[in-house]
Amino acid sequence: MLKNWRTLQPYLLVAPQTIVLLLFLVIPILTIVAVSFWEFNGYSMTPGFTLSNYQAIFASKVYLTTYLNTFKFVGLVWFFTILIAYPVAYFLAFHVKTLRWQVILFLVCTIPFLTSNIIRMISWIPFLGREGVINKSLMALHFTDKPVEMFLFSDFAVVLAMVHLYVLFMIGPIFNSMMRIDRMLVSAAEDAGASAFQIQKEVILPLSSSGIAIGTIFIVTLVMGEFATVRLMSGGQSSSIGYLIKNQIGSLQYPLAAANAVILLIITLMLVFAILRVVDIRKEL
Amino acid sequence: MKKRPLSFYFLSAFFGLFVLFLYGPFSAIFLLSLQGPEGQLTFPMRGFSFYWLASVFGQQRVGSFVEAFQRSLLLGLLVMVITVVISVSAGMAFRRRFIGSNFIFYLTISSLIVPSILISLGIGIVFSLLGIQSQWYSSALAGHLTWTIPFAFLIMLGVFNRFNPTYEEAARDLGAGDGKTFWEIVLPLIAPSLIGVALFGFTLSYDEFTRTSLISGEKNTLPLEIFGMTTNVTSPSLYALGTLTTAFSFLLIGVALIGIQFFSRRQSE
Repeated sequence: MLKNWRTLQPYLLVAPQTIVLLLFLVIPILTIVAVSFWEFNGYSMTPGFTLSNYQAIFASKVYLTTYLNTFKFVGLVWFFTILIAYPVAYFLAFHVKTLRWQVILFLVCTIPFLTSNIIRMISWIPFLGREGVINKSLMALHFTDKPVEMFLFSDFAVVLAMVHLYVLFMIGPIFNSMMRIDRMLVSAAEDAGASAFQIQKEVILPLSSSGIAIGTIFIVTLVMGEFATVRLMSGGQSSSIGYLIKNQIGSLQYPLAAANAVILLIITLMLVFAILRVVDIRKEL
Repeated sequence: MKKRPLSFYFLSAFFGLFVLFLYGPFSAIFLLSLQGPEGQLTFPMRGFSFYWLASVFGQQRVGSFVEAFQRSLLLGLLVMVITVVISVSAGMAFRRRFIGSNFIFYLTISSLIVPSILISLGIGIVFSLLGIQSQWYSSALAGHLTWTIPFAFLIMLGVFNRFNPTYEEAARDLGAGDGKTFWEIVLPLIAPSLIGVALFGFTLSYDEFTRTSLISGEKNTLPLEIFGMTTNVTSPSLYALGTLTTAFSFLLIGVALIGIQFFSRRQSE
C-alpha cells in the first residue's frame, strides 16, 4: 500500500497541470485541425471533410503577401532584438562585477515587461505621431519642413513597438547562458593573446548560442501570431497572419481561420524544430 | 584593480540608452496625462492638472474602466492562485523521475511555443461547439492558464533543482509525514520563489491581450477595454488610464520585491 502510494505520488501531483493543458491546449488545437477541414457555406460551418479551405488559402495572392509580410516582421524583429540583446546581456554578465548589481540592473530591464503591452504601444504615440516629438525635432533642425508620415501607422512603427515589447525575451536567455560561461575560459583566451574580437567570436558567441536559440524561439512564436501590435501601430494598413485570422473570426469564417491557424502552427513548429536541430537547448534547462 | 577597458564605457552608454528606450515612452504618457482639460495627445504639455486622471474614475462614453479593472483584478488573482498551486504540485512531482515525465515536460513547453492566437481561437471554437457562452471567468481564465503555467513550471523546476533536500530528510528522520514535511519545511523554504511565481502569474494574466481577445465573452477585461479605446478616444484620458494601470503594476512589483527580500532575510537568519 505504502509502496503504491510512493509510485503514484508523482502522477497525482502532476495531474492538475496535465489536465489543464490537455483541456485547454491539446483539445483546442485538435479541434482547430478538425474544423479546418469542415465545410463553410458563407455563413455557417458544417462537419465534413473538404480541402477547399486550404485550397482557398494557397490559391490566393493576398494570403501569400500576408505570409511574406509576417515573415518580414519576424526577420526584422529578430535581427534588432539580437542587435540590442547581445551587448546588453554581455554588459550585465561580464562588465557588471557584483551579483547584487547584476540582479538590480536585470530587474530594471524586466519591470517594463510586467506591465501592459497595449499601454506600452500607446506610449509611442507622443513620439511617433504627426505632431510627435520626432517630427517636431526634425522640423526644428530643418531636416524636413513638413511632418514625416512614416513614423506612426507604418511598418517602421510596428517593428519598433515589437522590438520594444519583446526584447527581454532575447536578453533573458542570452544573459542566462552568458552567466554560465566559465570566466577562466576568457582569462585563458586573453593569456593566449586573443584579441577582444577573437574572444567574442571564439569563446563567448559559441557558448551563448543556446541562449540566442531560446530567445529566437520566443521571438518567432511571439511575432508569428501577432495581431494587436500590427493593428495598432500600422493603423490597419499592414497585415499579418494573426491579424487575418482575427478578422476571419470576426466575420465568423471559422473553418478558414482554422486552416490559416493550422498553417501558422506548422510553419512555427518547423522553424522551432530547425532551431533545435542546430542548437541543443536542453542543457540550458 | 584592473583598469576598465574602453568597451566598458561604450557598453555602459549603450545600456543607458537601452534603459531610456525602455522607460522613455512611459514617462511621456505619464507627463501627458497630467495636462489641463485642454490637453492633447502630443507634446507640448497644455496646462497641468489631475483632470484626466480623475476622469478615468468617472462614467465614460465607451464603457466603464472601473468595472473592467475589477474584472481583470479578480481574474488575475484567480489565475495567480491556480498557477501557484498547480506549478508547485508539478514541481514536486518532477523532483523524481517518473514514466511520462518527458512527455509532460514537452507538453508544458509547447504551451509557450504555440502562437497565442491559436489558443484563443481553439478555446473559442471548443466553447461554441459545446454551446457554452464564453466568459472572462471561464474561457479567458483557461486561456490565461496556458500562458502562466509553463512559466511558473519552469521557475519551479529551477527552484527545486537548487533545493537542498537535507532539511527534508532530517524532518522525515524525526518522524514527520509527507504532508507535515511539505507544510513545515518545504513550503517555508520556497516561499520567496513562490512570491515570484505569484507575481508572474498575476501580471501575465492582468496584462494578457491575445489569449483573451477572442474568448472574453461580452464583458471586456482591462487590456481589451484599453485596446478598444485606442481606436476611438483621442484625449489624454487614454494616457491617464495607461499611467494608472502602469502605476498599479509598479506598485505590485515593488510589494513583491519587498516580500521576497523579507522572506529571504528571515531565512538567512
